[in-house]
Amino acid sequence: MNALLELLRQNARLSLEVLADKLSSTPQKVAEKIARLEKEGVIRGYQTMVDPAQTTSKQVTAFIEVRLRPERGDGFDRLARRIARFEQVKSCYLTSGGFDLLVLVEGDDLMGVANFVAEQLSSLDGVVSCSTIFRLKSYKENGFFFGSDESVERLPVSP
Amino acid sequence: MKIEDKIADHLKAIPRSGIRDFFELVIGRDDVISLGVGEPDFVTPWRVREAAILSLERGETTYTSNLGLLSLRSEIAIYVEKFFHISYDGSKEVLITVGVSEALDLALRALLNPGDEVIFHEPCYVSYSPSIALAYGVPVSVATKKEDNFSLKPEDLAAAITEKTKVVMLNFPTNPTGAVASREDLEGIAKLCIENDLIVLTDEIYSELRYDGGEHLSIAALPGMRERTILLHGFSKAFAMTGFRLGYACAPEALIEAMMKIHQYGILCAPITSQMAALEALKGGEEIYQHMKGAYRERRDFLVSRLNEMGIDCHSPGGAFYVFPDISKFGLSSQEFAMQFLEAEQVAAVPGTAFGECGEGFLRCCYATGMDGLKEAMIRLERFIGTLS
Repeated sequence: MNALLELLRQNARLSLEVLADKLSSTPQKVAEKIARLEKEGVIRGYQTMVDPAQTTSKQVTAFIEVRLRPERGDGFDRLARRIARFEQVKSCYLTSGGFDLLVLVEGDDLMGVANFVAEQLSSLDGVVSCSTIFRLKSYKENGFFFGSDESVERLPVSP
Repeated sequence: MKIEDKIADHLKAIPRSGIRDFFELVIGRDDVISLGVGEPDFVTPWRVREAAILSLERGETTYTSNLGLLSLRSEIAIYVEKFFHISYDGSKEVLITVGVSEALDLALRALLNPGDEVIFHEPCYVSYSPSIALAYGVPVSVATKKEDNFSLKPEDLAAAITEKTKVVMLNFPTNPTGAVASREDLEGIAKLCIENDLIVLTDEIYSELRYDGGEHLSIAALPGMRERTILLHGFSKAFAMTGFRLGYACAPEALIEAMMKIHQYGILCAPITSQMAALEALKGGEEIYQHMKGAYRERRDFLVSRLNEMGIDCHSPGGAFYVFPDISKFGLSSQEFAMQFLEAEQVAAVPGTAFGECGEGFLRCCYATGMDGLKEAMIRLERFIGTLS
């Protein structure tokens, strides 16, 4: 992956000046590159990593293993896109293995997710089965550690 | 009985380390931004730590061969061949030690007879002169100069060579100046060593940390030098493994054999856990230290440009993770400057004199510290020098 994307994936809030320093470029050139990557759709958006355990949010996250009946001509694509359009669905992947889609769903509470699965997802024509796995705790997401990590003290002066 | 009288004379003659004095001033204060450390601010990469843990889980808690694990020595030989372009036989020309510090001590003790002179360039790492004295040698320092970017000039070395000179010690990139030596200087030094039949002890612990596209050149790689050089290297700096205490020496078999004789009775072997960790570090190679090196380069550029902007003369060093700015124009000694800066602004930078008399007028600032700390330290430095004049 190109170095600019690598840096932005780690920290999308780096200023143009800092990015330019790291890439031995100029802020102007970096801005142009970012604009181009956004326009081409290489960069799809920017988000913040939040540790929900440290907020008052009661939001729940579930990973749903969905089995589908493939359709003639389209395979899984039409149905997968249809599922992905629900706003509760945050991520949706076609996978290999014992099921076909892995769907990540967020809801305001347990009932919200349960209702979504029971009423909307599993009732879709073509969905054969759903198996719902609730997240209990996050240790790492997108490369960021969640929870506290102890840091080690260095000697303040050493040869 | 006065117990102090029982201490060996040659040890009593060695002064306390200047860095130790400074350390004691800083320790116990928690408000200090420290530019005084001599180690990476990165924790050892996880895959290396994980390899150490796995090794413990497997119950690998024994002694190893005195020379160190053969598998590690073989990997070191491969790494050295690839990185330094010098080939050594891992089975008999590589010795694994407890850090480069031990290797340096072994080499001096293996080579010196009482009264032999050892030439080294200052400002330098704090252990060189005492290590020579502890091996009953005579330390002969050659001052390097700001106008040469602290490289060792062959003509200055030539002037220090006498009938009694036996060893020349080199350290490029240099702690505390970040200096690197050009091919031309190294060739001049090599020529002198061959003409005068001298042994070279070269501490290249910072060799991976070269910037600006400069490729590291070891004096041992120059024609006629392998046979008279002991190359010292280790894992502390590039791989951020200081606490593992793992270094090595590469040299002709007879020299390794002599060093091993001391090592086997004094140390027995380097810790096996550290050796297993080092093996993993070498498997990862450049991939492991590349991002740390990138961060150091960025911080060096920041420090050098900020220092020069505020009117403090500082060259951009080609290696290691230190800058060595010239603070002589403020009319304070290095010691006074460092103390007053610490008192007034709670920033610790080590006085240049801790690394030899010719470090007078300079400060060592280590940039193996987070960017936020460096930025704040520079704001405080600017404020501090505003109060001088």
